[in-house]
Amino acid sequence: MNDAPGWRRFTEWDARPLRNDQFARDDPEAGFATFSSPWDPSPSARLEGGRIVEIDGKPEAEFDILDTFIARHHLDPDVLQEAMAMDPAAVARMLVDINVSRDRLEHLARGMTPAKLVSVVATMSALEITFAYSKMRQRRTPGNQAHVTNAKDDPLQLAADSATAVALGFDEIETTMRVASNAWANALACTVGAAVGRGGVLFQCSIEEAEELRIGLAGLSSYAETVSVYGTEQAFVDGDDTPWSKTFLTAAYASRGIKARCTSGASSELLMGFHQRQSVLYLEARCLCLQRAMGVQGTQNGGIDGAPLTASMAGGLRELMAENLIAVWLGLECASGNDTRISESEIRVGAKITPYLLAGSDLVCSGFGSIRKYDNTFNASLFNGEEIEDYLVLQRDFEADGGLTPVTEEQVAAVRMRALTAIRAVFEELGLAEVSEARLLSVAVASGSRETESFTVGEVTRISYAIRDRGLTAVDVVQALARRGFIHEAENLLLMLRQRVSGDYLQTSAILRNGRVLSALNDPNDYHGPGSGYRMSEARWSEVREIRNIQTRDSVLANECRHDPTAAPWLVPQRIAAKGVDSHEVVIGVSPAFGIQINQTTAGHDLIDVLMALTQGVRDGGGKPRVVRIHHTADTSFLGLTAARLSGSGYGIGIQAKGTAVIHRADRAPHLNIELFSNTPVTSLEHYRAMGRNAALYASGEAPEPIVVPVDGQALGARYHVRVALLYAIETALVDPNAEPIELLLALGQEGRP
Amino acid sequence: MKNPLELYPVSERAPERAVSASGLPLEQLTLEEVVAGRIGARDITISSQVLRLQAQIARAAGRETLARNIERAAELVTVPQEIILETYEMMRPGRVTDPVVLTARAEMMRRKYGATNIAALIDEAVAVYTRRGLFRRRY
Repeated sequence: MNDAPGWRRFTEWDARPLRNDQFARDDPEAGFATFSSPWDPSPSARLEGGRIVEIDGKPEAEFDILDTFIARHHLDPDVLQEAMAMDPAAVARMLVDINVSRDRLEHLARGMTPAKLVSVVATMSALEITFAYSKMRQRRTPGNQAHVTNAKDDPLQLAADSATAVALGFDEIETTMRVASNAWANALACTVGAAVGRGGVLFQCSIEEAEELRIGLAGLSSYAETVSVYGTEQAFVDGDDTPWSKTFLTAAYASRGIKARCTSGASSELLMGFHQRQSVLYLEARCLCLQRAMGVQGTQNGGIDGAPLTASMAGGLRELMAENLIAVWLGLECASGNDTRISESEIRVGAKITPYLLAGSDLVCSGFGSIRKYDNTFNASLFNGEEIEDYLVLQRDFEADGGLTPVTEEQVAAVRMRALTAIRAVFEELGLAEVSEARLLSVAVASGSRETESFTVGEVTRISYAIRDRGLTAVDVVQALARRGFIHEAENLLLMLRQRVSGDYLQTSAILRNGRVLSALNDPNDYHGPGSGYRMSEARWSEVREIRNIQTRDSVLANECRHDPTAAPWLVPQRIAAKGVDSHEVVIGVSPAFGIQINQTTAGHDLIDVLMALTQGVRDGGGKPRVVRIHHTADTSFLGLTAARLSGSGYGIGIQAKGTAVIHRADRAPHLNIELFSNTPVTSLEHYRAMGRNAALYASGEAPEPIVVPVDGQALGARYHVRVALLYAIETALVDPNAEPIELLLALGQEGRP
Repeated sequence: MKNPLELYPVSERAPERAVSASGLPLEQLTLEEVVAGRIGARDITISSQVLRLQAQIARAAGRETLARNIERAAELVTVPQEIILETYEMMRPGRVTDPVVLTARAEMMRRKYGATNIAALIDEAVAVYTRRGLFRRRY
């Protein structure tokens, strides 16, 4: 047998963005395993005189640093025996049971080893995991976090982009820099930008731990997120820490009133080369037990840098959701990944975010790229500046609060200028730099740093060193802002400092809304079935649904009535239309609003041109056109059939004002037409002319080739149907079932005579 | 005593207890005071009393490990920044090759700052680092 010829569709598929993604086969020995590996231990724990002497098959003498820390500080001996004895499937059912409280499940988790936690979530489908997540997550009100960085470490752009992120509703702003020495300038710029607008936005500067602590102490950051932990001892040590050093660091942050969360995530051990041949979920479960043990309030997990690698594995996205579930089940705040872009496929990106939008999350993204992709110093996020509106629409589609709020152009223009003038004032007051009007304006309008004429990286470094070496703090910034009249911003920044002194945002899942702290303590997730848990208020829903460019009846109609209402009508009614006798006649039946209330097709063709094309076409085919207005229907088929029955040849054309047109024959059933143009947005004047010609040829007894309007597969409904529905309503409102068809005269001079 | 949970958020329900490291009450941290130059770095620094209160709140909310972390934090409030950074550095793997040095640091934390929980954490690290060979130089 010969080789079958190859199907070209594969070549087309090869060219799609999806094919840039790599996919890996399961290979536990190489660390490529999601929920289980032959090298994963079975769940076990043994107590001896109140002391835990075995976990997950390993005796105390063999405990590595993670086992030791988990045994001492995570596992509660009072809960251990009850929890470890439970059937994993039974616990999984409790996780999705609205009648079992979050408290009860969190209590049990304190007696579960990493392998035990894995054994439970491994029985759950992606849907069940999503549902359990919505029930177990900590704070009731969902939030979101933005990355604000740029390729030049330009403080002007950082301030403007921070203010933009605040306007978009982000609860946290995370920055980092291309050049480490620019950290202080970055932190100060984001501090100022985040104080514009509603205020109360937590901000952080991601850098080496000791430097981050110094910046925090100066009040130029309010939280830390880069307390990374790893699921194997070797990876942990290679990450240059131990559970004890990280616990100390966590306490150090809290001692300065700085909120902290750890970072961990599937496949980080794989990237670091120390995976112990164990599944990524088991290693992550160890990380999460460790984090609860350390006493950190929350985690950034769900495969952060390792997310693309996890997404390369079969079931990878389900695994990322499962590790987020374990995090909240352990009572941790969860900034749930959706951070590093896992795919070049926009479909995979949209699918990745959807369960989190539906379930809600403390921070839906642990870094939504609020800036352009090329400006993201953390690398491209799942969602980026380019795609913010897609996200806003998804919130509106599902009536789901993803933490963001639509913005208007005027609003953004105002906050950007406010942030820019504020940072300029601070720079000048503190003697850090002069900012020219040209630089300021170039940043105001720039979508990203490729468009700006602003500070060079070297200039920024000098500013950064000055802030550090002079020991400038947030108090200096508040003073500078106030002296230059930025009272609102000064108050917002002072609010952050007051909050820091109160320590309220050190509690689990804390954010600030309207100047008040909102955490798992005073806004606990109380989901227990339909009608409970988080629901958008009417006011919040009003914000979420107000995306840009919403069409209304009024806006659509205003767009239609663009013709001069005082102009003489071009379709002049004559008399009640009678049945014709000429065997070459083709009657064109137009709809009630045609050329009066509605003057263009959906494709934008003037109805005068359309009617001219049809009549000219009829003449081209040797026919005689006659135009009538039909009042008793606006339906294309019935327009066409009515026209055909009035026609001497028995052939007629029916056309709606929006451009839908049909050739019909007098003896046919209403919906069994001869030819139909249903896709008016892609129907051209040439098509209408050809339709007229064909109608005339049918009338002469010929069998012409039907006219086919080619479509490119656009989502025509998405593009046009709002307008179509509103316009068609005008036609149907004009229908008078008892009205007769009226003969029309085309009052367009010589050329217009039918 | 009242259930500590009823004091949360402290900034709203018990602002009189939110006193900064310098002893400044929250309500005196105003823009006028800042502009007048009467607010210094310690006025915006959290105090150990507030941290202990937040630890009690976390414990009352059933978050025992978080409470312990905040208690450790309370012990570090008076520890100078450089000592904190130095101690953190010493606790990183392979920085210290002699366990005695780290034990001495635990002792210093206990004696000089009354940081008993921090000292216990360091002592625990010494034992585990010894058993797992983490007092080995890495660079």
